[in-house]
Amino acid sequence: MIENLVWRQVRRNRLAVLGLVILGALVLTAVAAPWIAPCDPHEMNLSAALQPPGSPGRILGSDELGRDNLSRLIYGSRISLQVGLIVVSIAGLIGVTLGTVSGYYGGVIDDGIMRLVDVVLAFPFLVLAIAVVAVVGPSLTNMMIVLGGVSWASYARLVRGVVLGLREEDYVLAARVLGASDWRIIRRHIWPNCLGVVIVQATFGVANGILAASGLSFLGLGAQPPEAEWGAMLSAAKPYLRQRPLMSIAPGLAIMATVLAINLVGDALRDALDPRLRS
Amino acid sequence: MKRYIVRRLLLLVPLLLGVSALTFALIHLAPGDPLSTQFGLNPRGMEPETVERLRAQLGLNDPLPVQYFRHLGSLLRGDMGRSLATRTPVSQEIWARFPATLELAIATEALVLLVSIPLGVLSAVAVSPWSPAPPVPRRRWARLVDALCSGGALLGVSMPSFWLGIMLMLLFAQNLGWLPSTGRGDGTLVGALKALVLPAVTLGAGLMGLVARVTRSQLLEVLSQDHVRTAHAKGLAPRWVLIRHGVRNALIPVVTILGMQAASLLGGAVIVETIFAWPGIGRLAVNAIWRRDYPVIMGTVLVFSVLFVLTNLGVDILYTLIDPRIRYD
Repeated sequence: MIENLVWRQVRRNRLAVLGLVILGALVLTAVAAPWIAPCDPHEMNLSAALQPPGSPGRILGSDELGRDNLSRLIYGSRISLQVGLIVVSIAGLIGVTLGTVSGYYGGVIDDGIMRLVDVVLAFPFLVLAIAVVAVVGPSLTNMMIVLGGVSWASYARLVRGVVLGLREEDYVLAARVLGASDWRIIRRHIWPNCLGVVIVQATFGVANGILAASGLSFLGLGAQPPEAEWGAMLSAAKPYLRQRPLMSIAPGLAIMATVLAINLVGDALRDALDPRLRS
Repeated sequence: MKRYIVRRLLLLVPLLLGVSALTFALIHLAPGDPLSTQFGLNPRGMEPETVERLRAQLGLNDPLPVQYFRHLGSLLRGDMGRSLATRTPVSQEIWARFPATLELAIATEALVLLVSIPLGVLSAVAVSPWSPAPPVPRRRWARLVDALCSGGALLGVSMPSFWLGIMLMLLFAQNLGWLPSTGRGDGTLVGALKALVLPAVTLGAGLMGLVARVTRSQLLEVLSQDHVRTAHAKGLAPRWVLIRHGVRNALIPVVTILGMQAASLLGGAVIVETIFAWPGIGRLAVNAIWRRDYPVIMGTVLVFSVLFVLTNLGVDILYTLIDPRIRYD
C-alpha cells in the first residue's frame, strides 16, 4: 500500500523517471557487458595503441595499451555499480546496527556509540579513506571496505534519531507488555519504521560511494591496472589530454550520468517518503 | 557566550584524543617494521644487536599505550615526527604548504558565496508569491535563473571534481589558453589570481549549487512569514525588507551548510591540488602516500581533522552573530 503510494509519487516526477531509465540502462549494460562489448576490455594490442575514435572496430578509439575504449567503458559500469552497492551495504549494516542499539538501549551504550560517531565524523571522510587505504594497501577490495567503514556514521546517527522517537510509541510499549523480546520489537516494530530514512540515505550513499571510489581510483588508491574502472581510466588518459581528449571526456561522462541518475531517484524517494513534503 | 566557547573548546579534547588514537592505530597497522615505517631506517641492512638497541632507544619495545602517550606528548609539543623522504620535520613540511591550501580554500569559499547567494536570492524572488512583484519580463528571466540553479546544483553534486578540473583545464588552459593549467602563478597579483580561478571553480562547483539551493528554499520560507508581511505593511522599501528581514534570516542554514561542507572541501582539496599541481597540504598528502611516507600521511590527516573541527566551532559561533535569537549558555 505504502509502496504503491511511494511508487506513484516517484512516477509523477519526470526527472526521477529519467533517472530510473538511465539507471536501468546502466544495470542492463553491466549485466550484458560480455555480449554488448565489442572486445575484451583487457586485451592489449600495442601496435594499435591510441587509435583515434572512429577507427575500424574501435568506435571510441583505443587506449595507450591498445585496449578498446568502448569495451572498457562498458565493463566499467560493472565495477562502479558493484562498488556503490557494496560500500552502502557495509556502511548500512554497521550504521543501522549501531544506530539501533544506541537509540534502543540508550544510557552508557548510547553515549559510547555517539562519541565514536563524533570522532568518525570529525575526520574529513575522503581524507580518512585516503589515509586508511594508503596504510592497508591500494586495491579495489580494500577501497570498498574502507569506504564502507568510514561512511557508516551518518546512518548510525540518523537511525538512532528515529529509534529514539519510536521507542516511546504506544505500540512498542504494548508489544513489550505482551512479552515480546527486544529482538522481536526491533525487527517487527522498529526497523520497518526506519526503512524510509535508510533507503533515502542509502540511495545517496550509492551515488557518493561511486564518486568517492572513482576519486580514489583516480589517485591510484582504488582499482589497480589493468582493471577497467572509470576513475582509473581517467587518470591513465590524463597524459594524452591534448592528443585524445575523448579518452578523458568519456569516463567522466559515464561517472556523471550514473551519479546524476541515482541522485535524481534519491531526490524523488526523499520527497515521496517524507510526508511533510507530500502534497 | 564566553562560557559556551570554553565548553566547546573543552569538548574538543576527547575528540582530538580520538583522532590522534586513530592515526596512531593506523600508523601501527602499516605493513613493515616500525623502524622503517616510523623512522625510515632499514633494519634489514643492520646487525641484529643494532636493531635491538635502536628499538629500545626509540621506545618501540614499550607497550602500545605507553607509546601512544609518548606520541600524544610529542603531538602536544607540535612534534609530528620527521618525513621519511626528506628528513625534515613533518610540522615544517605542513606549515610550508599551509598558505597555499588556505589561499585555495578562501578563494573557493569567496567564490561560492559571491556566486551562490545572489543566485539563490534571485531564484527565490523570482518564484515567491510573497515578494513584491517585479515586472513580468524580469520575472521570466529570473525563472530561467531558477531553473538553471536547480539544474546546476544537481550537476554540481553529481560531477566528479577531478573530471571537472580536467575538462576546465582542457578548455581554458589548453584550447583557449586564457588561464594557466598548473601552479600558483608567476608571482604577480594578476598571475596569482589567474592561477586560482580553475582550482577554485573546480573545488567549489559542488558547493555552489548546494548553497544556491539552500539559500533559495530558506528565503522562500522566510518570505512567507508574518513578520515579512508586517514589514511590507508598514511601508518599508521592498528591497530593505528583502535584505533586512529576508536574506538575513535565510542565511543561518547557509552558514551551517558551509561548515558541514568544509569536510568535503578538504577532501576535494586533495584531489584538486593533485590535478592542478597546487603546492598545498593535499598534494603533500598524496605525494606522501606514493612514497609510503607514513609520518607525513598521518600528520596531514591530523591537521585536516583539526582544521575541520575548528571550522565547525567557528560556524557555531558565527550563528550567534547572525542570529541573536540563538544563545548558548
